[in-house]
Amino acid sequence: MKRLSWFNATSLAFGFAFLYIPMLILVIYSFNSSKLVTVWAGFSTKWYVELAGNEAFLEAAWVTIKVAVISSTLATVLGTMAAYAMVRGGRFFGRTLFSGMVYAPLVMPEVITGLSLLLLFIGIGMDRGVMTIVLAHTILTMCYVSVVVSSRLVSFDRSLEEAALDLGCTPFDAFRSVTLPIIAPAVIAGWLLAFTLSLDDLVIASFVSGPSSTTLPIKIFSSVRLGVSPEINALSTIMIGIVTIGVIVASLVTKRSVAMRAKQERDAE
Amino acid sequence: MTDNLEFTPWADPSQKPLIRFENVTKKFGDFTAIDNLTLDIYEKEFFALLGPSGCGKTTLMRLLGGFEQVTSGTITIAGQDMANIPPNKRAVNMMFQSYALFPHLTVAANIAFGLKRDDLSAADIDARVDEMLTLVQLKQYAKRKPHQLSGGQRQRVALARSLAKAPKLLLLDEPLGALDKKLRTETQFELMDIQEKTGTTFVIVTHDQEEAMTVASRVAVMNHGVMIQVDTPDRIYENPSSSYVADFIGDVNLINGTARVVDGVVTMSWAEGQPKLSAKSALDFAADAACILAIRPEKVNISSTKPGSAHNVVRGKILDIAYLGNISTYHVQIADGTIIKAQSANNRRLARRPFTWEDKVYLSWTDTAGVVLAE
Ligand SMILES: Nc1ncnc2c1ncn2[C@@H]1O[C@H](COP(=O)(O)OP(=O)(O)OP(=O)(O)O)[C@@H](O)[C@H]1O
Ligand SMILES: [Mg+2]
Repeated sequence: MKRLSWFNATSLAFGFAFLYIPMLILVIYSFNSSKLVTVWAGFSTKWYVELAGNEAFLEAAWVTIKVAVISSTLATVLGTMAAYAMVRGGRFFGRTLFSGMVYAPLVMPEVITGLSLLLLFIGIGMDRGVMTIVLAHTILTMCYVSVVVSSRLVSFDRSLEEAALDLGCTPFDAFRSVTLPIIAPAVIAGWLLAFTLSLDDLVIASFVSGPSSTTLPIKIFSSVRLGVSPEINALSTIMIGIVTIGVIVASLVTKRSVAMRAKQERDAE
Repeated sequence: MTDNLEFTPWADPSQKPLIRFENVTKKFGDFTAIDNLTLDIYEKEFFALLGPSGCGKTTLMRLLGGFEQVTSGTITIAGQDMANIPPNKRAVNMMFQSYALFPHLTVAANIAFGLKRDDLSAADIDARVDEMLTLVQLKQYAKRKPHQLSGGQRQRVALARSLAKAPKLLLLDEPLGALDKKLRTETQFELMDIQEKTGTTFVIVTHDQEEAMTVASRVAVMNHGVMIQVDTPDRIYENPSSSYVADFIGDVNLINGTARVVDGVVTMSWAEGQPKLSAKSALDFAADAACILAIRPEKVNISSTKPGSAHNVVRGKILDIAYLGNISTYHVQIADGTIIKAQSANNRRLARRPFTWEDKVYLSWTDTAGVVLAE
């Protein structure tokens, strides 16, 4: 590997510092034994222990995970279907409109998405709770899944599906036994992306959540307004850990499949 | 194939074709890939498609496989109209030009893929896969993935996969292109063997005329989406219907001239002050109509003295000699400037070669050796 010049090395150091020092401080202070957030008084894991006994936080964590798993799964199914329709459907009626609509949440300010969903749920008389957050997150994250999956589908060799049909598969069978296993890494990466997005969404969730369904980000945000407690630091540290693992796994899965594909294409020459 | 001599269903009007193209046209946007094509292919035929790249061979196969829909016209297979019949409902298997092997499955699983869609027991499937692997000599590679194989091995897997289901109609798009000569010849004979045993109808695309000549019951020469000539290999070679076909199949000399027909024999003037050439032709020519004499290099005799008998005789000068081991090809320039290739067997040692560059020689051939064509 090439060695970095001193200029590149310094910019890299500054970049990393800028991005990660705030988080690092948070992580360090989560192990602080003092109740005062800004004064270091020695190492301790007592805030983690205390957190484990905090019913309200645990309840919120459970809601968050539930929402994230269900919504990212729904978003993966719908997003994959949408990607397939757009890449394979040819020029069906309303294609441009459809693809525009699918990607709209990607660029739409979250406040607007949240507000419009809130109005919708009130309009149709739906009680706000876990269900509404799941729906909102599905809508938000589906477009990310569909971007990831369709970029894989574009480079997918169509004749593989044709060969499956030729050998007696129905179109659904061909999708299940040929297309899906091959695009699986992209689908998994999409799911992980959707999962992490749902996990840390605050804005939309705060619009569509009800009194019985507080997610962790909402809980953290509202307790911080009453003053930062070391318990929050501990909780945030755990969340950072989960999200980091999610992102790393997603990128590893994608990287591995890209490398595999590159190898296969090289071998195919 | 020796029994091809009797196998001529196309000549028998009572025979029903297995595949029938009727005025089939296929357009991609403005581009016409198949142009008003009418063609019958009979059961148990080994039908070879030849033609330059981009002439529509793969498109024709894809129409048969059900991956493309005709723009107009009808395709029937075994009497059934194929419009709106999806690929998985056709008793047709295709070997793709790009192989289309499933990258996530092993060689054995690729071959078993189609068998698993039929109602077969696991033991039957294994036995069949084994049989196919033996056939294509890939037994020790059964557990590999396609990307761990060489190009020729991949081609053989694709071939085995398409053969596994023993379909009524098998479409092979350049099935042997990546194989070395020995393996290719072996596989050709295997294919002919399979065909004889199972009675499968084969439609095969190939760029190798020798292959087409070896395996095919009939050969079709295509260009720009049109069938130029469909005939048995020997007739395609000996009686091409146009100079395009003559030129496409094998090596040929073409001499331009004008025709006069007397008693079914064409007398052709081709250069001022030169003796006329004569040849048989099925065609009738108006007096002094333009024509082309096509004659194969191996049928042109070369000699230093004028041959006695009443042959077509032309004088010329040797420009070039290509020594190919068993034969030599002489490039001889004749009166109108055309260069004629003449081949002769090297039954003497090189040192005693009778001719050399710049020699004046006589070229001669019988009047049944060439064909006179209109264009
Ligand atoms: N899906 C398509 N859209 C537009 N044009 C196409 C399409 N498929 C084929 N063609 C065109 O139709 C023509 C015939 O293609 P085809 O693949 O049948 O050629 P081929 O005879 O098999 O050539 P080769 O010997 O190179 O395989 C080509 O000019 C090609 O560009
Ligand atoms: Mg082709």
